[in-house]
Amino acid sequence: MPFALRELSYLVAAVFFIIGLKRLSSPATAVQGYRLSGLGMVLAIVLALLDQGIVSYQVIVAGIVVGGGLGLWMARSVKMTSMPQMVALLNGFGGGASLLVGGAEFLKSEVAGEALPLDVSITIQLSVVIGAVTLTGSLIAFAKLQELLSGRPITFPLQKVVNALLFLGIIVLGGMQVMEAESVATLFYAVAGLALLLGILVVIPIGGADMPVVISLLNSYSGIAASMTGFVIRNDVLIIAGALVGSSGIILSQIMCKAMNRSLANVLFGAFGGEVKGSIAASAEGLTVRQVTAEDAAVQLAYAQQVIVVPGYGLAVAQAQHLVRELADLIEKRGGVVKYAIHPVAGRMPGHMNVLLAEANVPYDKLFDMDEINAEFERTDVALVIGANDVVNPAARTDTGSPIYGMPILNVDHAKSTIVMKRGMGSGFAGIENALFFDPKTSMLFGDAKQSLSKLVTEIKAL
Amino acid sequence: MAETLIAGIVVFVLATFLGVELINRVPATLHTPLMSGANAISGITVVGAIIVAGSGLGWISNVLGFLAVVFAMMNVAGGYVVTDRMLQMFKRKPEAK
Repeated sequence: MPFALRELSYLVAAVFFIIGLKRLSSPATAVQGYRLSGLGMVLAIVLALLDQGIVSYQVIVAGIVVGGGLGLWMARSVKMTSMPQMVALLNGFGGGASLLVGGAEFLKSEVAGEALPLDVSITIQLSVVIGAVTLTGSLIAFAKLQELLSGRPITFPLQKVVNALLFLGIIVLGGMQVMEAESVATLFYAVAGLALLLGILVVIPIGGADMPVVISLLNSYSGIAASMTGFVIRNDVLIIAGALVGSSGIILSQIMCKAMNRSLANVLFGAFGGEVKGSIAASAEGLTVRQVTAEDAAVQLAYAQQVIVVPGYGLAVAQAQHLVRELADLIEKRGGVVKYAIHPVAGRMPGHMNVLLAEANVPYDKLFDMDEINAEFERTDVALVIGANDVVNPAARTDTGSPIYGMPILNVDHAKSTIVMKRGMGSGFAGIENALFFDPKTSMLFGDAKQSLSKLVTEIKAL
Repeated sequence: MAETLIAGIVVFVLATFLGVELINRVPATLHTPLMSGANAISGITVVGAIIVAGSGLGWISNVLGFLAVVFAMMNVAGGYVVTDRMLQMFKRKPEAK
């Protein structure tokens, strides 16, 4: 295929990616738009298969069949509650692919005994290092989300020093490699090994509730790694697609950080939620909570004019999204209005709650962002909090000593009454007591969210 | 050599700014499909992986190439299909009551 035709066809693929992302600006146009982006991917794959450097197809076909098959299986079988794990894994595989392509290009030059041009040498290092950090970091994030590893921060003495030394080692060894006239395999393996280790060590001290930031950031890294691979093989479509993904991840991480009123550096290095400060934990002593039975809660909900549901990670854990919808239908049938208030960091990834509720057929025009709905709580009869904690803690507004002070929250305490569904009195991720639970307007409905919701549904039906 | 690098950097920087403009318009409700969609797009590394896997330069490059194609294809197939699955859920119109 002539050079110009090939390059222009790759450009068409890149344009399809751009249009696909543009159509994501509205839920109504998103599906069609995204399929166009898929078409761009098919085009890019076909162009790659026609590359003149290819001498045999067995390995390629085997890879496409195995990878494509595994990908399809994952995509079809994954539960919507497990989307954060799936995205974490895919982030890792994206980084892994960049690591391997960079590695193969390097070893090719090493076997041939030829020196790489300086720019290729640098971009190979970047592709390998970013790819490796993304791969192992994402696997750790996956293990934490899947609860194979504790969601609590894992820390050890001198952790930051070790990480800094590793980082320095990568730069020094990578720099030596670039300066060498010939490609040296040992240096290369050392750099790749250190980067794999660094990926593990930077993610283990980060706690479960900070995962939205971490997976957004790793999402970004996987894109940047793809871009670097584009520099290595000199292909613009990789550079463009990688840059688009890179900026997407960065923006999402910023949104998440802002929603927690914390800097990216604090999330990455703060080991937040590790220790419970004695003074704050003790401040709840002497206060009492009011419990409510499912029967009473059902009556309260059935006669409410407006109910706002505040879902949190607990909803995903209990997989109770369908029951929420059923309950909302019953309330609406009796004339009440039901809305959903979604905090940006509710769940374990950006937009997690929206997907769960969409799965349960809740129309998207009933889902409201924090800024849109916060003024509504005053006019609301019942705020129903399901498995959310820190994002509804009024201490964030008032208690300057609280670790979450300054974090924007949902103004649930402004509602006329609040029902909190919770497993027990355990504190939230931040390890602090929630003043909302001791509010006289609040009643607690203890138990598994799924069981509590089905009791509520039965009770309202019986009214 | 330097020209291709500079041209690449130009493309990278412009695409990053374009990405920022595009992503800022995606509503919060679609952030999860946006991320899985980004996974799918970063599967574009499959282009490099295919070229490595087909280069026939001995077993090391075959193994690395095979694994790279597998990883990248998991992103492509997994990312696009799961994104489509989610976007279908959002497409559903609020039904008449």
